[in-house]
Parts: sequence; structure tokens; C-alpha cells
Amino acid sequence: MKVILENFGLFWLGFISTLKLLGVSGIGALLLGTLMASLRVSPFGSFRALSAIYTELLRNTPLTLVFFFCVFVLPKLGIVLDFQISAIVALTAYTAPFVAEALRSGINGVPIGQAEAARSLGLRFDQVLTLVVLPQAVRMVIPPLINVFIALTKNTSVAGGFFVFELFSVGKRLANLHGSAVVPILVGIACFYLLITVPLGQLSQRLEARIALVR
Amino acid sequence: MRQARFTLAVFVVAVAGALTLNSCGDSSKTSSTGNAEANGPYQLAVKIDPKFEAGSTMEKLSKAKKITIGTKFDQPLFGLKGPDGKPRGFDVAIGSLVASRLGIPYENIEWVETVSLNREPFLQQGRVDIVVATYTINDERKKVVDFAGPYYEAGQSIMVLKSNTDVKGPEDLRGKPVCSVEGSTPAARIVKDYGANLVATDAYSKCLEPLRNGQVIAVTTDNVILAGFVDQNPEFKLVGEPFTKEPYGIGVKKNDDKLRAFINDVLEDAEKDGTWKRLWQETAGKVLPTPSPPVLARY
Repeated sequence: MKVILENFGLFWLGFISTLKLLGVSGIGALLLGTLMASLRVSPFGSFRALSAIYTELLRNTPLTLVFFFCVFVLPKLGIVLDFQISAIVALTAYTAPFVAEALRSGINGVPIGQAEAARSLGLRFDQVLTLVVLPQAVRMVIPPLINVFIALTKNTSVAGGFFVFELFSVGKRLANLHGSAVVPILVGIACFYLLITVPLGQLSQRLEARIALVR
Repeated sequence: MRQARFTLAVFVVAVAGALTLNSCGDSSKTSSTGNAEANGPYQLAVKIDPKFEAGSTMEKLSKAKKITIGTKFDQPLFGLKGPDGKPRGFDVAIGSLVASRLGIPYENIEWVETVSLNREPFLQQGRVDIVVATYTINDERKKVVDFAGPYYEAGQSIMVLKSNTDVKGPEDLRGKPVCSVEGSTPAARIVKDYGANLVATDAYSKCLEPLRNGQVIAVTTDNVILAGFVDQNPEFKLVGEPFTKEPYGIGVKKNDDKLRAFINDVLEDAEKDGTWKRLWQETAGKVLPTPSPPVLARY
């Protein structure tokens, strides 16, 4: 317990770094995922194929491998990024397919009559999506979406092995300096992660209560 | 007459067979001193029937004829896993030496990978009997484990690209990005004492790529670990003298004073009779110069 209090500044720095990774990657994954889901249901075959290939590829590749590609292979191809940016790119690319699939299941859940009625009113595909279908779809898939973001929070710990200082790195650093207090340190780290994931869960419940659409 | 001839033939063949079988004895012959010779890749003499104090760890291990040793699997020259799945290096040689004095042959040693983070927990939990893994002796660690040795004294050093002429020593690293392993002593020191920007990862080998493409200026850790990398990668070089003293010790469970004393005796004998020097020259000594063995710190 003493170790945690003495090093609280370090914990806080790691916590802020994790929040930063989560925030930027989360927003990126949301945007990219929505785009991918839209492409997947679009009337153009090539867009559908592109989205399908991206989703299958990134969903089935372990996150560590995606990180490895961004941090070690991209420089060999000439793209040298700052380590934090590489981490954000890796996390965004990995999480987007999960967001896309969650949204797609929501889109499938919107009755086909809605899309047909919108089309008969003369709305273009992108207008059908943004004005009619997606607003209803998102309200139906709040639990799975929040699930994906809680997973993203925990996935940020992988960045610790790839030159980014975040919460789990704090654990590694302190565990080596204070070999006699490894368990309290790890419990402290876990509590900080809970500080993020529990409010996310609460947010999910609140959002569901207010705007969820149950068919 | 035919029966007699047949019997004679059988007798001759039997004698010839017995003589032939007798002459291909097993590979480890016993000498008159009671030691089996030349066991394992380091040609160590395995003590036959060693006697230890009743109830001591040494007795337990030598009766079981098995020992579990924690070592590194990814450090060239000290503990590097080969294609056959077994590690090789100076740490491995020292571990085999201790085992041989317990009467345990090389084939009966179980090698477990211990990284910087799990050396103390593995000793505390009894998952390994001893740890020989570039394990620096320091007071913080002495709170939870005990050390025999030191069996080698390394020092923290810096590795840069061969073309780099700006960095001559640790003072030149102030504010620059330097790669090391998260949580290691060299990492903490380069930040605390020399104000470098630590770019940390979980394995030294991961630091090489960023060094090659300029994302970090230098890699810092013990000079022997860096020397192994320089040996395999000619585009790097070491700069400056080692600026710390890192005594490598053999970790044992806390308060096992008898085992610690025994290992210290084994090391002292090896240093006196030239075994230490021979093991060094066969492993790390192929790349690094041979130092004089360090003075044991018995406490």
C-alpha cells in the first residue's frame, strides 16, 4: 500500500497515457468502424469486398502482430512514425473491425421497411444511412459497442511492450524496483484499469436507459 | 565328431561376442578419484555420491538427481536458447557446474526461462531451485532472495550506431531518446542520474530496430549483453567505459544459508583450479576479453 502512495505520481502519468491512447484510438476506431460498416452494406460490390477483406484481416490478426507491423515493419517500408502515433494507429486499425461488425449487426436489425421507405422518398444511399438507418442501428447496439471499448481499454496495455509508457509499464517498472511488493503493485494497476472500465459500464447502462431501442 | 565341432564353434563365437561387447563400454568412465568425467557440453566432472548435511537443500537435490535452474533464454553469450531448445552461455555453464558438484548430470537439469520480472517470484514460489540469469546483486533484492557469488562483474554501458560520433558517454544522452528494458536497473539509472529520455520495451532485442532507423540514439544495459548484440550486428558499437558495477550473483531462496555457502565454495574452487576461466573462454570469452574472477561476497 505504501508503495502505491509513494509512487502515485508515476501511476497517474501512466493512467493519463492510457486514457490518451484510449481516447484517440476510440474515436478513430469509431469513425473508421462506421465507415467500414457503411461500405459493407453499400450497393457497390468493390466497396463491400474491400470492407469485408479489411474486417477479416484485422479481426483475425493478434493485436501484438498488428503492433509489430506498425512499429517494426513500417519503418522498413519507409514510414517512420513516433511511437505513440504507431500505437494509436495499431489500436485503431485493430478495434475498427469490431466496431464495424457491431454496427453491422445493428444495421441488420433495422427493419428493411425503413430503408425501402427512405429509398422510395428519393434519398441517396448515404442519406438513407445517415438520416434513417444508422441512428436507429446505433441505439440498438450500445452494449456490444461499449464492450468493444472496454476491450480497447485493456488492449492499450500491449503498447507497453512497444515503446509507449502507460499503466502496465508502471507496473513493470515498480515491480522490478520493489520486488517484495509485486502483488500490491499489480492490484493497484488493476484498480486504475477498473477506474476506466467500470464508469464505461455505467455509461452503457445510462445510455441504454435513455436512448435504447428495443424491438 | 560333428557335435563336438558344433559345440566348439558355439563356444568360440560366445567368447568372441563377450570380448567385443566388453570393449564397447559406456561413454562416461569412472576414474580413480570417484568422479565421472566429461559430462555435458561443458565437459564437467559430475561428482559421484556426494555427501551433504542431512535436511539441506543440497541433499534433497542430489538425492532427487534433478535440479531446476532459471536462466535467460535471449541473452547472447550468457543464456541464449539454441535450436535444440536448450540455452547455452556462461550463465548456463556456471549453473551446470553447480549441478555437477551436486552429483546431477547435465541431462537432468531442467532449464526454465526467467526474465527480469519473475526472478524473485520464481525463487520465492520454489518454481526454480537457483537463478543464474545475469542477476545483479543489490540490497533491494536481498530483502526477498539471497545471493551467492558474484561470479562475474559487468558494468552498464552504451551501444550506438557505428556512424555515431556525438555520444561518447552517458552524459551525452541528456534529453535524448535511449532504449532499454522497462523496469531494469540500467533503465532507471539512465533516467535518474543522466536525464535521458527512456524509450522502454520488454526485451533488449526489440531495441535494435529503433536504433537502426534512428528513432533512438542509444541502447543501454550491461556491457556483456550489449557485446553480444555488437557481435551479431556489426553496424553497432560500444562507446565509453562501463560506468557502473553490476555484480552477477546466483539467486537462491531467502535464508537458505547452507545452499548459499555451498555454491560459494563451488565458485571458489572453480576460480582456483581454472574451471571458471575455462568455462568463460568456452562461452562469453569467445567475444569478450577474459577478466580475473571477482572476489566472492560472503555475508
